[in-house]
Amino acid sequence: MNIKIHIMLAAACLGRAALGAPETFDFKDPKGINNAHFSLDAPLEAINGSASGISGTVTFDPADPASTKGKIIVASSTLELPNKMQVTHMKSDKWLDVAKYPEITFEATGVKNIRTEGDNITADVAGTFTLKGISKEMTVPTKFTFLKDKLGQRLPGKNGDILVIRSKFTIKRSDFGIMPGQAEDKVAEAIDLSLSVAGAAPH
Amino acid sequence: MKKALRILAVVIIVAAAVWWLAMGANRGWTKTSVPKKTLDPVTGIEGISYENRFVPGVDFLAAGALVSAFLAGASFIFRNNQIKSTTN
Repeated sequence: MNIKIHIMLAAACLGRAALGAPETFDFKDPKGINNAHFSLDAPLEAINGSASGISGTVTFDPADPASTKGKIIVASSTLELPNKMQVTHMKSDKWLDVAKYPEITFEATGVKNIRTEGDNITADVAGTFTLKGISKEMTVPTKFTFLKDKLGQRLPGKNGDILVIRSKFTIKRSDFGIMPGQAEDKVAEAIDLSLSVAGAAPH
Repeated sequence: MKKALRILAVVIIVAAAVWWLAMGANRGWTKTSVPKKTLDPVTGIEGISYENRFVPGVDFLAAGALVSAFLAGASFIFRNNQIKSTTN
């Protein structure tokens, strides 16, 4: 009887491993490489910056990418620009008001148009993007790269998988109440966003 | 004094222009930090960190020109040193 149970359990485990199972990836990167870029190209001024304070979790199954769910959070206070005065303006209550709205988030609710090529999966991810307290439903092109058992190469002494997420999309600042219609000669209406983040799922 | 102010004005504008050119002729605003790219070999993610460095921009050049123009203008306040020769 015991042998039967053990065989059934082993078979169940093997089946799960063969089919794959959803894993939860933590995007708080101890190496601090995860980043989000933003760029604005106005007639009089180009602004290029980035944010490093990335966190959040994503549940991903390489065998069933359509079931992907999760939330990526960018800490507004970590937004950086080469010019300190511009940083002060950007974070002030006139623009992003980071004291009142400390997080910029994207919460994935669905994945469609999935195309798989080796370790790479490209898809359109639908979700809710929230900036300055205003949420908008959006669908963004996203590339997932599943790196099985590569966590040890990145963080020696740890075993697990890595999920890399890359996405580029454009938002309008007026949609999020960021000084709509003002100073458009210096601060462009369109904001190009680029996200490159890696999450870890230790075993 | 007049000559000294004019020489100083020329030195300031030339120094500002030379420094601006030497630091890469940045046509944007002055930067106090510059982005530095790093590549994670496992994930291929290109990260950006900022290192403190002063990179003069066009505003720096304009400030140099303004100071220079002010000094050159101030030089007109002073009269030429004339050596009066008197003949008896």
